[in-house]
Amino acid sequence: MTLDFNASLRARNFNVAFTMEATETVAVLGPNGAGKSTLLGILAGLIRPDSGNAMLGRKRLFKLDGGTNHFLPPHTRGTALLAQEPLLFPHMSVLENVAFGPRAAGANRSKALQTARHWLTEVEAAGFADRRPGQLSGGQAQRVAIARALATDPELLLLDEPMAALDIHAAPMLRRLLKRVLSNRRAIIITHDVLDALVLADRAIVLEGGRITEEGPTRRVLEKPRSKFAAGLAGMNLLPGTITGYGLTSDGGLDITAHPEDGAVPGQNGVAVFSPTAVSVFPSAKHGSPRNSFAVNITELEPQGDQIRVHAGGLSADITPAASADLGLMPGMTVYFVIKATAIAVYPA
Amino acid sequence: MTPVSVPCRKRWTASKTNGQNTGYTGFPPWVFALAAAGGLFVLLPLAAMVARINWGQFIPLITSESSLTALGLSLRTSAAGTVLCIVFGVPLAFVLARASFPGQRLLRAFVLLPLVLPPVVGGIALLYTFGRQGLLGRTLELAGMQIAFSTTAVVLAQTFVALPFLVVSLEGALRTAGIKYEAVAATLGAHPTTVLRRVSIPLVLPGIASGSVLSFARCLGEFGATLTFAGSLQGVTRTLPLEIYLQRETDADAAVALSLLLVAVAVAVVGLSRPRPRPLAEEAESE
Amino acid sequence: MPVSQVDLFRLCTGALLAAGVVAAGLAACVNSTPDKAPSASTDGRKAAASSVTVYAAASLKSPFTEIASKFEAANPGTKVTLNFAGSSALVSQITQGAPADVFASADSRNMDELSAAGLIDGTPTNFATNVLTIAVSSADPASISSFADLAKPGIKVVVCAPQVPCGAATRKVEKAAGTTLMPVSEESSVADVLGKVTSGEADAGLVYVTDVKTAGDRVKGITFRESDQAVNTYPIAAMGSSKNKELANAFIAMVTGSEGKRVLGDAGFGAL
Repeated sequence: MTLDFNASLRARNFNVAFTMEATETVAVLGPNGAGKSTLLGILAGLIRPDSGNAMLGRKRLFKLDGGTNHFLPPHTRGTALLAQEPLLFPHMSVLENVAFGPRAAGANRSKALQTARHWLTEVEAAGFADRRPGQLSGGQAQRVAIARALATDPELLLLDEPMAALDIHAAPMLRRLLKRVLSNRRAIIITHDVLDALVLADRAIVLEGGRITEEGPTRRVLEKPRSKFAAGLAGMNLLPGTITGYGLTSDGGLDITAHPEDGAVPGQNGVAVFSPTAVSVFPSAKHGSPRNSFAVNITELEPQGDQIRVHAGGLSADITPAASADLGLMPGMTVYFVIKATAIAVYPA
Repeated sequence: MTPVSVPCRKRWTASKTNGQNTGYTGFPPWVFALAAAGGLFVLLPLAAMVARINWGQFIPLITSESSLTALGLSLRTSAAGTVLCIVFGVPLAFVLARASFPGQRLLRAFVLLPLVLPPVVGGIALLYTFGRQGLLGRTLELAGMQIAFSTTAVVLAQTFVALPFLVVSLEGALRTAGIKYEAVAATLGAHPTTVLRRVSIPLVLPGIASGSVLSFARCLGEFGATLTFAGSLQGVTRTLPLEIYLQRETDADAAVALSLLLVAVAVAVVGLSRPRPRPLAEEAESE
Repeated sequence: MPVSQVDLFRLCTGALLAAGVVAAGLAACVNSTPDKAPSASTDGRKAAASSVTVYAAASLKSPFTEIASKFEAANPGTKVTLNFAGSSALVSQITQGAPADVFASADSRNMDELSAAGLIDGTPTNFATNVLTIAVSSADPASISSFADLAKPGIKVVVCAPQVPCGAATRKVEKAAGTTLMPVSEESSVADVLGKVTSGEADAGLVYVTDVKTAGDRVKGITFRESDQAVNTYPIAAMGSSKNKELANAFIAMVTGSEGKRVLGDAGFGAL
């Protein structure tokens, strides 16, 4: 019962192929406009790709090539979509909203209401079954929307940033709820939040410019990112380049001294990854092995927790406000980023 | 139209929902003067008409047999015309708002044409379609249906001129509503017919209602197409506007009295059945 | 409805364009519109002083148009302005102060109304008569030959409503003939009756003899005996408020004179 998907849509420069198992939850990460929502739209049957082929278990969602022109309409796919907004039907009560899917699937009224009550209880929303959607808070409405999606018993649950529109107090509860209901269920969740990806997803796909740039177990993608975007999500500095005997030569021409991980072959494409907290900032060059020292031009200073994050030369460093004040850091200033060789991970990309 | 999106109303702007508008209006005061002139332009002729009414005779005039027959016929045919407008106008509005196909703009232009056509032109066109010598009339006559000089002809004429009112107002409502809810409903497994019945139509019900009211009012006022196409016979085709036109020939008092009656009915229909905006935004805000 | 606004605008533009074409066509159809007096020698001062405005019943359109051009030819420098409409509509216009010099009505009742209001000068002169006739389309599918035929079942007859003069005449004829018609429609004007016959909607209609003449080939008139029971008399009078009484009376003289009688006779009107 795997999902086997490949599709391309020229108008959106979208070309993606992947597979997933029956009970897997996949997080789709990527910058805005990377094609994440297009992916869900195509899976849900709301967007028609130019070409491609997708099987959900034994159900062929679409097959579009020169010869065949098969495209299942959304209501026959079993792919419930949960968007950023709850989109509860405003003219129905909460209970009727949740009963909508079972009713559409042919259940009689009492059976559908029974299913609806079950799922409302499951999302701890049984208390407002008789309310109108307009009387719910954002978090409550989104819980009801989850219940409504789950009540259809979807073969594939599609979640498009389900927590993006919630205030920060409502998010943790919803995250716990999703964690519970997504276990043993196949779901794809678009998120900008590392925490969501780590907590909810077994696997992460990084989508950039309509292509998959990285995929793997969520923890590995975030701990050992190979794409700039995943590194950014993980809060890491990432320099792509070529692995050398003593470290890596970045595509920008920086020579980085570090210990390449076992199995890394010189000449191979690789990345150097290090945390901003491992970067020290100096007003002048520091020499002496095993240190890396790069002259960089400060582009921006921003508060980061109780630290100051210094953005310079595409890298970032976290230093204390006191240190920043001592150095008199200003955008436009040239400073030196110094990183111990042992703090840099170099591995094949 | 849909009460979903909660507008972020800033507290420092004047709120009109509480009935008093004391704050910033967003336009210069002289706009009020022009608005007052515009209002007077409409109200003054009505007032002038009311001033000419022979009140002593008013009740006998509007309760005469011919007047009541005409009023009854007008209400019945307008109701039937409105039903036809809903039956054909709702699908037309959906197709125009949601589908995309070649010739769509042309279709919209043609559907809206009766808005700008003189009604008598509509009457002539209907005559050449449903009349005895008309395009469909001959076939219909063979099938035993005679439309000319029948109440059906009145309903057809009214539907012809009133249909665009429903289509225009509903198409606007549909575009404003968008298809987010429909998409969600489809992914929840609902067949397109179910989506239409349980989601789309309930969501634009206020639009359908206001479109229907406009159509009904237009049916009620229809004159030119009816006169040209249906004729004028008491109880069969002589609706209130035709009765007024005829009475004007001999009895100006009766014509004015009936005009006021028609105005009163139209005002009642349009004014009383206008849907009030639901205060949902308020409720959601208080959460 | 922001979407439809643009379209509506386009639509309006298109419709106006179409309306223009139709109007141009109609203008071409209106025959023998009186040309300006051909006498170019007349100076402007005189032309302004010698113009006469004639309000006449719609049925007089074609003979009066002809008489007016004869009048202009006979009186170089004069200009006759004609306004045709239903007699009762003209009466209400004149009562409201419309600048008529001469009024020619299709019945005495409307003339009496102006007379009672003290708006006419002297006494009206009756100058023509008109009688009803049965108008059928030239194909005459229902084979109508007498007034009694109109009461046959299945025959679609259109008449004027009793409230308007031709309808009142119809009632009189019905009484005289002892035949009660079951019309499918009672129209507000002779033109509407004729329209229903020419379009083939109705099998027959009761209109004036002169209307059938004007309608040309598309309809034919079937005269019937009982029509003499409702002879319509056309009176004409100068208005008391006229600033050109001399010219107004000259126009009336032409209408009632031999020249006018001939033109009216050609149009189907009866002489007095």
